[in-house]
Parts: sequence; structure tokens; C-alpha cells
Amino acid sequence: MNNEVYIKIENLTKTFGPVVANNNVSLEVRKGEIHALLGENGSGKSTLMNMLSGIYTPDSGAIYIKGKKVSFRNPKDSMALGIGMIHQHFKLVEVLTAKENIIAGQKGTFFIGSRKLSQKIRDISDRYGLAVDPDKKVYNMSVGEKQTVEILKVLYRGAEILILDEPTAVLTPQETQSLFNILRKMRQAGCSIIIITHKLNEVMEISDRITVLRKGETFGTVNKTDTSANELTNLMVGRAVDLSINRVEKKNDSTILKVKELTVTDEENVKALNTVSFTLDSGEILGVAGVAGSGQKELCETIAGLYPVASGVIEYNDENIVGKNPRDIIKMGISMSFIPEDRLGMGLIASMGMVDNMILKEYQNQKGLFIEKKTAKNLSQKLVEKLDINTPGIYHPVRQLSGGNIQKVLLGREIESNPHLLITAYPVRGLDINASYTIYDLLNEQKEKGVGILFIGEDLDVLMELCDRIMVLCNGEVTGIVDAANVTKEQLGLMMAGEKWEDVIGRGA
Amino acid sequence: MFRVVKRTDLTRRKSATFRLLAILAALVTSGVFLMLLGFNPLKVYVSMLDGSFGSAYRFKEAIIKTVPLVVTSLGIAVAFRMKFWNIGAEGQIIMGAFGATYFALFFNQLPAVVLIPLMMLAAIVAGGLWAFIPAFFKAHFGTNETLFTLMMNYIALKWINYLQYGPWKDPKALGFGKIAMFKDNALMPKLFGIHMGWVLAVILVVIMYIFINKTKRGYEIQVIGESENTARYAGMNVKKIILSSLFLSGAICGLVGMFQVSGVNGTLTYQVAGGVGYTAIITTWLAGLSAPVIVIVCFLFAVLQQGGTFIQTAFQIPASAAQLIQGLILFFVLGSEFFVQYRLIIRDGKNPEKVKEAA
Repeated sequence: MNNEVYIKIENLTKTFGPVVANNNVSLEVRKGEIHALLGENGSGKSTLMNMLSGIYTPDSGAIYIKGKKVSFRNPKDSMALGIGMIHQHFKLVEVLTAKENIIAGQKGTFFIGSRKLSQKIRDISDRYGLAVDPDKKVYNMSVGEKQTVEILKVLYRGAEILILDEPTAVLTPQETQSLFNILRKMRQAGCSIIIITHKLNEVMEISDRITVLRKGETFGTVNKTDTSANELTNLMVGRAVDLSINRVEKKNDSTILKVKELTVTDEENVKALNTVSFTLDSGEILGVAGVAGSGQKELCETIAGLYPVASGVIEYNDENIVGKNPRDIIKMGISMSFIPEDRLGMGLIASMGMVDNMILKEYQNQKGLFIEKKTAKNLSQKLVEKLDINTPGIYHPVRQLSGGNIQKVLLGREIESNPHLLITAYPVRGLDINASYTIYDLLNEQKEKGVGILFIGEDLDVLMELCDRIMVLCNGEVTGIVDAANVTKEQLGLMMAGEKWEDVIGRGA
Repeated sequence: MFRVVKRTDLTRRKSATFRLLAILAALVTSGVFLMLLGFNPLKVYVSMLDGSFGSAYRFKEAIIKTVPLVVTSLGIAVAFRMKFWNIGAEGQIIMGAFGATYFALFFNQLPAVVLIPLMMLAAIVAGGLWAFIPAFFKAHFGTNETLFTLMMNYIALKWINYLQYGPWKDPKALGFGKIAMFKDNALMPKLFGIHMGWVLAVILVVIMYIFINKTKRGYEIQVIGESENTARYAGMNVKKIILSSLFLSGAICGLVGMFQVSGVNGTLTYQVAGGVGYTAIITTWLAGLSAPVIVIVCFLFAVLQQGGTFIQTAFQIPASAAQLIQGLILFFVLGSEFFVQYRLIIRDGKNPEKVKEAA
């Protein structure tokens, strides 16, 4: 590695109204290095990268590319200087081929000149080990392939500096490995790579240097070889954090939820869940793993009565609840709580305060025409104290709370209804480390009380530490239900990619 | 180069200042216009107010203009709360008027105590149904409610037109296309010289305020307006609530038709709604869907309209010029809403002081 500086950021500040997203941030990225940008949610990583790629304009401070001061007015300016950003949500045209996506929006001759182009794309592919068929349609691609196309796209446009925003969030462990191999090859070729993430093990694996952001400020850059995961956590959070999750011993053996051969279809008549069967015991946490979009959302919503069932049976305490809507389920006195992944769009009423959110389900059991909010008010006050919810007041719109506090409001409401079954979808998504651990504790507390918990997760490490058993979904099918203590991450990854547990059992580790 | 930034630090006082400034700017601009026409703007403005407050009669007229606006706005607000863009209030008023008129013409042997409530009921049902139809199609077939409700207005309008020049034409009108005047028992009684509609309007304001803020159904409407997914998640029957609330929305607008035919005009013409259904969209929106604020906004609107008419006769200002002044004031007030929500930053890389000027 040589020490030529590609990007130098000096005292960049960006505010959004009263919120200071970046405060005097400085960063230096060298040629041929993989630089990790580490920080909790809301620490300003994305803001910083959006300024570097020309999406936001900084309020003050300067950006130097290869020693030259630059000011971007739009993403095109930054692209022209060789900066390419891979967003978390891919920006590809589904109905076009990889090749068409790559040249879309590019200057060129009137005719596409197909053969020459394919050759050029193949050259780039070969150089970095990007395996992609230029003539494959995007909608036929796996998530990993789509990401590869995104990378090819920016390389084709001549990017030498690549910014990846949480690139591994949607990948299986195997796909993550092949992405890392690509990144290593690019480093060898002299590219600079900035990778935004909050996954510590990945940072330790792939990066050369690490810059930690906290509350919009940079807390120094360290060499990977001089640091450890623990030290990075301290830098990130500001104090020492215990990173282990307790697994409470499961006591009970009575089945609370039994799902048999459940099949549901979406609007396009594609099977979103295909003959899914499993059981959930009281006092058990059953984890659900899978690449995003493998049927997790449909599974939760179907059990909660929000999604129509094509065939199959869902038994709650031996009673079939298929065909019942949420109102019936609430009326039947089935104490089931569903904590949806879209907290503000489904679980809560964003513009209302805590009090009005507390009555969302309970109001239907009230008698008469008018709504009574006194109990809800008391409950809100109780929750604020018990869960340490940080809010200007119980009538303050929940939308304006931080992600962690929003989740506490939602989870708090559901737990207070004393459920016997709790379904949570990505309960810690978007939460910082502290808030995440509070949520895990709350779930464990419920487990000890004998609540059966269906936990849809994305972080395999967490799933393996927290859950009793893990069910893996791939394309709406169960590829395996395994004991969390007897499975490796690699095995889970293979199952997430579609292999059955029977075929995986001997391998892994 | 300039850019637009959403305001995050808006205080009540600041937004009030913006609105006042907007009105001031409107008065100055239309003042220049009036001077070009050779009038003294100050005098014109004073007499605009005079048009509504100058005498008991004029004040009554202003109230009579306010009532239909308030009631229609209340009806529209119910639909808007659910983000159902009902712009069919005009047609719902017309159909309400049609329902009331049917009983006024063909059941006029009934005593007033029976006939008037019957007319009201007919107006409520007719207006309600007129809003229910587009709601039904939206709920079951996903049609666009904005276009649908708008089209329903024209159907209602042409229907009355047909009745007025066809089957319901008054034979005693010597060939004029007009519907017969109502008999006395079909006319709404008056209180303090204004038809009873104003009392009902006041009651409705209170009821709607309580309905939205204190009842279960009001809560459901608010939740649906925020997110249908949340409503479904909470176990609400979203379709049923939308359909019944839209019926309510149309029913309230239909009631306005009854007020106009029985309380104001004493007969039905195709101009019965007279654009109230459209004006009320503006007032509802300006009032932020809040029932008490609707009263204030609608009254100010009525004063503005009345003032516009008054200066035509007082100063011999052409009608189009008077309307232009109204339009200017409206333009500035509505335009100020943009500045209430957004901030304009003018940027000049070499000249940072300029930023301050614009902010």
C-alpha cells in the first residue's frame, strides 16, 4: 500500500434544521485501501457519504480529491471525479439486462455497439472477478448478482473510489465472502474503497483502516492491526459495552402455535409462503432467518390475520385462526402481539402522541360511542418510566422520537397487553447498540414469563445467541429448523441460499 | 442558485406573522392595481369591510354566505381526514338541494313541522349517496376518487339543468325555465332574521369537533388517514369505515343544499351550489381540517366575497376588477403557506453574506 491520499475531508459540517448531522468531520482515504466507516445509526455516516457523492451540499468545510479542492453541485460532478456510490437499495431497472443497466444514462454513440460493449464489460469483470452475465435480466438475478451489477456500473463509469453503504445487510454469509473477495481485488488494482457498516466482525475482516463516527463527530482513525472489536465498540458507543446476549433457559414444553402446511400467494399469484410448517412453544424464542424478502413479512402478517391464506392451518392453542381478521382475533381474546417491521407505517400512528397510540388496539374493547383515554394516559406514563423512554411528553408525536424510543413505545404497548404469543419482525433494525440490548432483555423477560416468541432477525450472530431454535426460510420455503446451539453460521448461510438442512448437516464449520 | 429547505423550527407566532405579512403584501399589491384604475385603495378597503359590517343587513348577508361554507367545509373535512380527496362537494350540495326540493314540490300539503325535517332527511340521504358512489367504487375497484367525485359534480349539475328546463319547469313562469317557488311551509324558519341553518351550523361545528376528537369512529378516521396499514393492523374494518364516513361527508354537504333552497332562495336552480363546494375545499385546507378554525376562515372568506360585491356598487369598480382583488388576496394567503412550511436559501458561492439576506 502506498500512502498517496485520494480523498481528504476537512472539517465538514452539515445541519438539518436544528439537527447537526456532521460536525467538523475530517477523514482521509488513501489510494489502495479499504477504509471502514463505523458508527451507530444516526451517527452521521450516511450524511458524510452523501456529501462525498454530491447528494448533499456541506454547510462548511472542504473536500479534496487527489489534492484538489472540489465542490460538488450534484452526483454527476462527483461521478466525474471517479467517486461511485453503491446504495443500500439498488437503483437498477428490473426489466433491463445487466449491460443495459450499466450503460443507461451514459454518453455514447447512437447505436449501442453491443459486441464492443459486452467486451468492455467482460474486461472489467475479469479484472476484478465480478462474475456476471451481461445479458441476464435484472429481475432474474439474486441479490448478490444485483449488487455485482451495481459495482460494475460504477466501475464502468470509471470510478476509482467506491463507497458502499451497508453492502452486506442483504447478503448471505457466502455472498458476503465473495463480495469481500471482489473488494480485495479492487484494492490490489489501486482503488480506494469506503465501506459503511456497523458490523464489527466485518470491519475487522476486510478493512485496513477504520474511522469511527459518533454523534456526528469523528473519533479518530485507527489501523485495524492496532485495534480490537471491543475497543471499536467503546469508540462507537462512548463507553464499554457487554456484547454478549444471555440465553434464558427454556422451561416450558406446551405448544402455543402450530402452523401446518401454510401457503399464501401474493398479488401476482406467486407463492410467498410454500407449505410452511412449524411449532412454537410457550417460553421459547423461535428465530427466523433468511435473506430479505424470503417470506418473513408474509409469515408474520398471515399469523396476525393481515394476509389471506391460500391453504394450510394456523392453530393457536389448538384453535384454527385461519380466515380471522385482526379484529376477530382481538375479540376472541387471543392475546397475540405482532410487532411489525414497519413501525410507524403499521404498528403506530406516526403523527399522534403516546397516549393515542396506546389505545390503538384496546379502544375496540371499550363500551359506548366515546373513547376513554385515562387508562392509556396512565399506561403511557408508566411505560416512560419503566422503559426509560426519552420523549418531550406523552402527547408528543411519536414520529419525532428516535428509532429506539419508537420501538420501546411499540414493544411496550404490546408487552403491556400481556400476550401469550409475541411476533416481532426485525425489532432492533435501525436501533443503536444500547437500545438493541434493551430490546433483547425485554424479549428474554417475556420468555421467562412463558411467552412464545417468533423472532424475525437479520443478524445471524444475534439469532444464534438469543434464540432456542432457528427456522430458515428461502423463497417462502422452510429449508430447516435447527437447534440454535448446534448450528454454524455457514450452515445457516447455505440454508438461506436454499439448501436443505439434511444436505448441510455434515458440512460447515 | 437557490434551494428550498423544509422548516423545522416553526413556532405559532412565526406562522401567524407570515400569514399577516401575506395579507399585507396582498393589500399593497392590489392597492397599486387600484391606484392604476384611479381609486384610493384605502377608501376601497375600508368600504370592503363596510360591505359586511356597515349595517345589520349587510352583516346578516355575510352570515348567510358563511353558513354554507362552514357546513360544506365540515363535510369535506371528514373525507380529507382519511386522505379521501372528495372534491365532489359541489355535486353533493346540488343533489341535497334536489332531494329537499322533491319533497317541497310534491309533498307541499304537509305541515311545516313534518315537511322541513323530511326535506332535510332527503337532502342528507341524497348528498350522502352522491359521495357514497365514488367511495364504493374506490373501495372495491380502486378507482381514483378525485376524478370520480369531480365528474359526479357535472352529472348533478346537468341533472338539475334538465329538471329546471324540463319536467320541473313551472308552467306559470310564462315559458321561463325556472322551478316554482316553494310554499311557505317548505321554507326554513328564521331566527334573528337569518334562516335556521346558522343554528344548525353552530351545532354541527360542535358535534363534528367532538366526533373527530372524542369518539371511537373519529379516532378510526384519523388512524386511517395516517396509515391504512396501521388501521388494518389494529383490526379496523377499513372499507366499512371509509364508506360510512364518506356517506357522512356527503350528507353534511347535502344539508347545505337544503339550506340554500329552503332558507335562502326559496326554490331550486342549477346555480344552487354556486361554487361553494369548490371554495370550501380551500377553506377546509386553510383551516387545517379543524372544525373551530373552519368557522373563522369561512367567515373571513365570506367577508372578502361580500366586500368584493359591495365595492362594485359603491365605487363602480368593474366586477372583474373586484374579483381580481379577491383573487390577489387569496393568491398571497395561499402562497404564504409555502413559506410557512419551507425556507428559501439563496446561495452564492463567492458571496456568503447573501445567504443571510434571503433567510
